[in-house]
Amino acid sequence: MSSIKDEIEEANGKAVDRMMEAEPYWAGVGLAKDVIPGFKDHMLTHAGPPTTWNRASGPLKGAIIGAAIYEGWTSDEDEVERLVDKGDIVLAPNHEYGIAGPMAGVVSPNMPVIVVEDRKFGNRSYSNLNEGIGKVLRYGAYDEEVLSRLKWIRDDLYPALREISRRLKDGVNLKGIMAQALHMGDECHNRHVAGTVLFMREIAPALFTSGLDEEEIMEVYGFLTKNNFTFLNFAMAAAKAMSMAAHDIKYSTIVSVLTRNGTDAGIWVSGLGDEWFTAPAPVPKGLYFPGYTDEDANPDIGDSAIMETVGLGGFAMAAAPAVVSWVGGTVDYAVEVTKRTYQITYTKNRYFTIPYLSFQGTPTGIDMRKVLKTGITPTINTGIAHKNAGVGQIGAGYVTFPVEMFKKALKRYAEVYGV
Amino acid sequence: MLSSTKLLGEELKVLNIGLEIFYRALKDQGIRVVHVEWSPSAKLEEELEEILDKLT
Repeated sequence: MSSIKDEIEEANGKAVDRMMEAEPYWAGVGLAKDVIPGFKDHMLTHAGPPTTWNRASGPLKGAIIGAAIYEGWTSDEDEVERLVDKGDIVLAPNHEYGIAGPMAGVVSPNMPVIVVEDRKFGNRSYSNLNEGIGKVLRYGAYDEEVLSRLKWIRDDLYPALREISRRLKDGVNLKGIMAQALHMGDECHNRHVAGTVLFMREIAPALFTSGLDEEEIMEVYGFLTKNNFTFLNFAMAAAKAMSMAAHDIKYSTIVSVLTRNGTDAGIWVSGLGDEWFTAPAPVPKGLYFPGYTDEDANPDIGDSAIMETVGLGGFAMAAAPAVVSWVGGTVDYAVEVTKRTYQITYTKNRYFTIPYLSFQGTPTGIDMRKVLKTGITPTINTGIAHKNAGVGQIGAGYVTFPVEMFKKALKRYAEVYGV
Repeated sequence: MLSSTKLLGEELKVLNIGLEIFYRALKDQGIRVVHVEWSPSAKLEEELEEILDKLT
């Protein structure tokens, strides 16, 4: 008879193998209500673990207000709180619907979303479209400029991307782009300079032959290429598909979701299904845009830690020395974070490798047992949102997760498996 | 062993382990210092230690 240690070893091997072998492809775009199973009218999904209006952080509240106005549910920002409290607007975590959205991550029924298909294991995952940096919905801003951009994304960018994806019959291999971007100085969380260029190389021919008028083509091309974070949301949907392949493996102690909503940080553990284990989200350290300091910063927010969950982002910082000019720290620190993370992960990635470390694979598959044994918790790269609704992004940095949620998960694991 | 007089008479080169505040204070004074991030392992509650022992 196998011991529980043997069962865990086998399960973790299977989970991480599936995570690495998943084959996420960009398959199309659609409105959230049309393409995401279970997405309901008057529902807003958001980053991180479940929350309520009262517990929601400033940037999440701002994004909820903006999404409600975008949907036409109200034009009065003060009414949104009442609508949420009455249940006329339902809040739900993105991860429970196969979505991963950066920062506040709010997705509403009529927002266009990226659809990613895992051709190996058949999962589907989703993300919204990236708006750029600064004053944007995902950082809690919701003024006219933000809402106009969202409408342009729905009315102009979305039809163009739909046409592009129709023409790209084989889809776009997102794992291939991420693997290559790592060799070009991205860590695939807070630096997507190479990833965006590589992605544009794949889709540009379909855009230029899309039949759209020249002005529209150049507007779409300009929007996508000028934003170095265009590829982030495609990468996040891809990482979500990879983590879904590793999820729900009986006995596995591998973390399959790592996320935060600006108030709480939370994890899922593969062998414990969709149960949330949470702790207060920490405030990131980092570099601030002119005029802002750490006193303005909100605690960490976003589903983008899905990148670290599959072995990228902060875990792959040694591949991306230039990212320190965006998130702070030093190149030595970036290398140190990657090296330290090997102590808490299951294996070295087969496909994501780091030239500077002699092409070692990135640390992949956070094992909650190793986190608790070593006391080392995951360090991730992140954006920094202003703590007040309506302001937006004020910087970028890195953050180390609290150990408490891993402790809660371990206790629950013991109950579930009778340890 | 280096005498304190000799130590203080030479340029300081410091390896700081653990608390970053010391590293920053020295750096601000222009002293050559390398920081190594380190913290002792989190002390787990006895109940968690017991569970962990069975799982690892």
